[in-house]
This record gives sequence, structure tokens and C-alpha cells, in this order.
Amino acid sequence: MVEQVSVFLENTAGRLAQLTRVLGDAGINMRALMVADTSEFGVVRIICDTPRRAAEVLDRAGFGASLTEVLAVEVPDRPGGLADVLDALQSEGINVEYAYCFVEPSGGNAVDILRVEDPQRARLALERAGIRLVDGSDLYQVD
Amino acid sequence: MFQPESEAMERSALEALQVDRLRTTLERVYSAVPLYRQKFDEAGVRPADIQSLDDLRRLPFTVKDDLRAAYPYGMFAVPLRDIVRVHASSGTTGQITVVGYTKGDVDRWADLMARTLASAGATADDIIQVSYGYGLFTGGLGVHYGSERLGATTIPISGGNTKRQVQVLKDFGVTGLGATPSYALLIGETALEMGIDPRELPLRFGVFGAEPWSENMRRQIEETLGIVAIDIYGLSEVLGPGVASECLHKNGLHVNEDHFIIEIIDPDTLEPVPDGEMGEVVFTTITKEGIPVIRYRTRDISRIVPGECPCGRTFRRMQRVSGRTDDMLIIRGVNVFPSQIEQVLTGIPGVAPHYQVVLTKRGVMDHVEVHVEVAPEIAFDEVKALEALRRTVAQEIASALAISIDVKLVEPKSIQRSEGKAKRVVDLRNEGGTA
Ligand SMILES: [Zn+2]
Repeated sequence: MVEQVSVFLENTAGRLAQLTRVLGDAGINMRALMVADTSEFGVVRIICDTPRRAAEVLDRAGFGASLTEVLAVEVPDRPGGLADVLDALQSEGINVEYAYCFVEPSGGNAVDILRVEDPQRARLALERAGIRLVDGSDLYQVD
Repeated sequence: MFQPESEAMERSALEALQVDRLRTTLERVYSAVPLYRQKFDEAGVRPADIQSLDDLRRLPFTVKDDLRAAYPYGMFAVPLRDIVRVHASSGTTGQITVVGYTKGDVDRWADLMARTLASAGATADDIIQVSYGYGLFTGGLGVHYGSERLGATTIPISGGNTKRQVQVLKDFGVTGLGATPSYALLIGETALEMGIDPRELPLRFGVFGAEPWSENMRRQIEETLGIVAIDIYGLSEVLGPGVASECLHKNGLHVNEDHFIIEIIDPDTLEPVPDGEMGEVVFTTITKEGIPVIRYRTRDISRIVPGECPCGRTFRRMQRVSGRTDDMLIIRGVNVFPSQIEQVLTGIPGVAPHYQVVLTKRGVMDHVEVHVEVAPEIAFDEVKALEALRRTVAQEIASALAISIDVKLVEPKSIQRSEGKAKRVVDLRNEGGTA
């Protein structure tokens, strides 16, 4: 399991820039940032090197930040990589709330982040399909 | 029940008694208090015209300013030699108002406060610490006389010196506490600081009033002190504490209707509203001798809780006071009390009870947007869940206020606060504000 920093954000000009500035000033390195939004508000999801510290820093700066447990899997960076993962979950009837991916700069592999209803069952399903799960310690310092 | 023959009286007998006592009171004030004679004459109504409770609405209202103008004794209905006690209410704005009690008033007040304590579960076996202030304020002496009337052991400690309060609470084996709710909490917290867990003491119940408090605060007091916390209501212009009190069912405060007639009026049209609807609380005293009040406008916002109470008391219940008419908004012709929004929000997980009502004009129509802070302790990572939350909040508020509104979710702690309190209403309707 991997810890994702989730932040509730109003859709006001410059708010996202403020958020990234706060993390940057604290020396926190983001691996991935994904925004899901409506016309009024958004949810920012962040994978970074020290998630707990990031949540604390954001809290202190007046952002409503929290930690969410998500699954991370490593797939070869080629067409159809994410589809294989989703198929594996689909076949077991596991719903994916949302998914996004980013590419590791060092290697050629992509990391898929998955938020599922039932993480334990999803884990087993992915392992059976031979898909490698990534731990938090593979992506960031466990803090 | 302390006086079951009254508190569980048949409704029809009670109403007959009310009419009877009302007419006696009206005759008395008409002949003894110049202000009432003048007001009645101006309204073209004579005491003899009032034949039923429905006729009550023909009488003029009394307001705080009438009492101020009559300072100090101008509205007393008996000669001063018959007054045995005087209390006064501190005016946060302007002059204090003075009220007088005859020997009979003090006697009835003691009964009413004994009822109040009994409705919180007190008996003659209890040891009651009276931590309301003694003095011109009615709280201390009000609870004191009631506690003695009930036969309980009464500790007249008054307010202040909180460490000594805790010491007495513990050493004297106190089982009941009377205080303002905020002071009760302070006593509890001070006890914990002193290394005393109030939950382990014999303390069993408390009667709290004289300031507005919420269900959240009740939970906090009950958990900290390990007691049943009962809401009591009164105001010196009407009597002091003892006008209404919750029973152990904690669902509205039974009004002592054999001594006070309660009405809920629309503060705008001044017409009575049906039972169950929110409005301003108005009281008419029907046994007071020293200073009876006729249709006194309290400015407190409440409603009659419909239905019967399982405790067996037949007196109707008023809901916990949820605000003051001064805070009322008129939106699309509907009276709206912002404090109702807070009540709704405390019941919805995922949002904080902090809100701001923003009023603008959309064409000629009033438009209402309620900004609500998401709770900081809840993890939000999905837009879908937030949208569902927003819809729930909007529906609940709309059904409580009976008007349609928009809800905007805002970030935790983002609603500006002044002196710890959020600014609740931003009214841009007369400033060309549009949305
Ligand atoms: Zn009851």
C-alpha cells in the first residue's frame, strides 16, 4: 500500500500554485500530482517522497490535507499496460474509484495508482495476475 | 413530579384555569399599572373582552423598553410595601430593568424551581451545589429556593473561585449542580487539571441555563462530568429560572403553563404561528403579583414541540432556544434563523458546523448561498463523495429552512472569524450584489 496526500481545494485562482509552493518551500519532492475537479472545487492527489510530513506542512499552511491508502502497481511503460491491470480487477468484480499513472524517471516502468473499494481483495487479484505491487518504501521515504 | 396535580393536569382543565387566571391578572394590571391601562385603551380592549385563550391576541405586546422606561418601579402592580424582593437584569445595552416579587411570588417561584429540579431527577435526598451567581441576577436565589423547597441539601456557593467549587463538589458529596453551562464545563475541566475525575464523583445531574447552549455542548458536559445535563429556561422579566424546564426525555422544555401562557409569534407580522413552527416566544404571566407581564416579547426564537411527552407532564414543550429575533433574516418573504443551519450541520458527518450565508439578488429574487466548511478530520479524495455531501447538506438545510438554497463547500477554517466566532451572514442584496 502507498500513502497518497489528498487535499480538498476550492477552485479559486492561484490556490493550486500556493499548494505546490508550500510543498516546494518545505523541500518536498512530488512524484505525481493529479487534480480531479468540478467548477467549484477540486481534489488534489499527490504522491511525494514524505507523505506524512507533506500532510502536516499543508495542514499548518491552512489546507485541508489528509492521507489516503492507495494501491500502486508497476507496469512496463508500453501501450496496454494499465488495461492489463484494470482487466485483472474487473474480472474479480472489484470497482476502481479512480486511477492515474506516472513514469519513474530512472527506469522505463510506469507506476499506476489505484483507489479501489476493497484493497485487500484487489491486492490478491493483482498478485494472481502476476502484476507487481509497489510498496510505499519503493516510492518514498517511509516517514 | 413535584406537583403532579398541576404538572399532569388534564388539558381542558388547564386551559380553563389559564383563562380564569388570565382574566384576574388583566383586571389587576388594568387598574394598578398606568402603562397597561393606557395600552389597553389605545388598543380598544377591556379586560372583560378577553373570554378565551384565542382572545389573547387582541391584547397589546409588552417589550423590554416598556420596563426600561418604567425604571425602577413603574410597572409594579402592588404597593412597594407588599414587595419583599427585588431582582434586576443587567442590560448589555442601556438601562437595567427591575422586577419585584411579593411574598406569594417568592413562594410560587420556589415551587416552580422545585418542579424544575425534580424534572432533572432531584429528590429530597440530593445535595445540590448552586453555582449560579447570587445577587440581583435571578439564577442563584432561584435555584436556591427551589432546592430548599424540594428538601434537598442546598449549598449556596454562588459563582467564582472554581478550584473551591471542585473541592466542595468532591468533599461535600454533591449529587446535583446548578450553573451556567459554560461554567459547568469550566468546573469539569478545572477538576481534571486538579487530578480529580468528575465522572468518579457522586455528581449525577445538572440544571443549566441563563445562556444559549447547543446539543454539542450538552454532550461535552455530560461526558466530562458524567452526568445528565438538563436545559432550564427563564428570564427575570417573566420570573427568572422556573419558566420552563426539560424533563429526563430531553426533548423540549415543559412550560409551566399553569403560571405562564406561551405564544409563538411571527416577529414580522406579530401574528401567532401554529404549533410546531418557529417564531418569537411571548409570555403572559397569570399568577404573578409584583410585576405581571402581558404578552411579553422575549426576542428568543423557539417553537412548540408537537405531541405528548412520555414523562406524563401535560404542559407543552418549547424547543431549546435557538437564537434571537435580532438574528432573523427574511428571505423571499420567509423568516429564516441562521442558527437552524448550525443545528443541521452538527448532524452531518463530513462538514464542520461553520457556515456563512451569502445573500444576493438574482433578478428580483433573493438568492441564498450557504458556504459550509468541510471537516478537516475527514479524508476527501473523491469528487463524487464531495458532490454527494454537498447535495445532502443542501437538501437538509433546505428542508429545515423551508426555502431552496445553494451550498458551496469551502476549505476547512476558511470562513473568516472574528473573536473566535464566524461572521454568519453576508447580505449583499441592497448593494447590487448578484450571483
Ligand atoms: Zn416530559
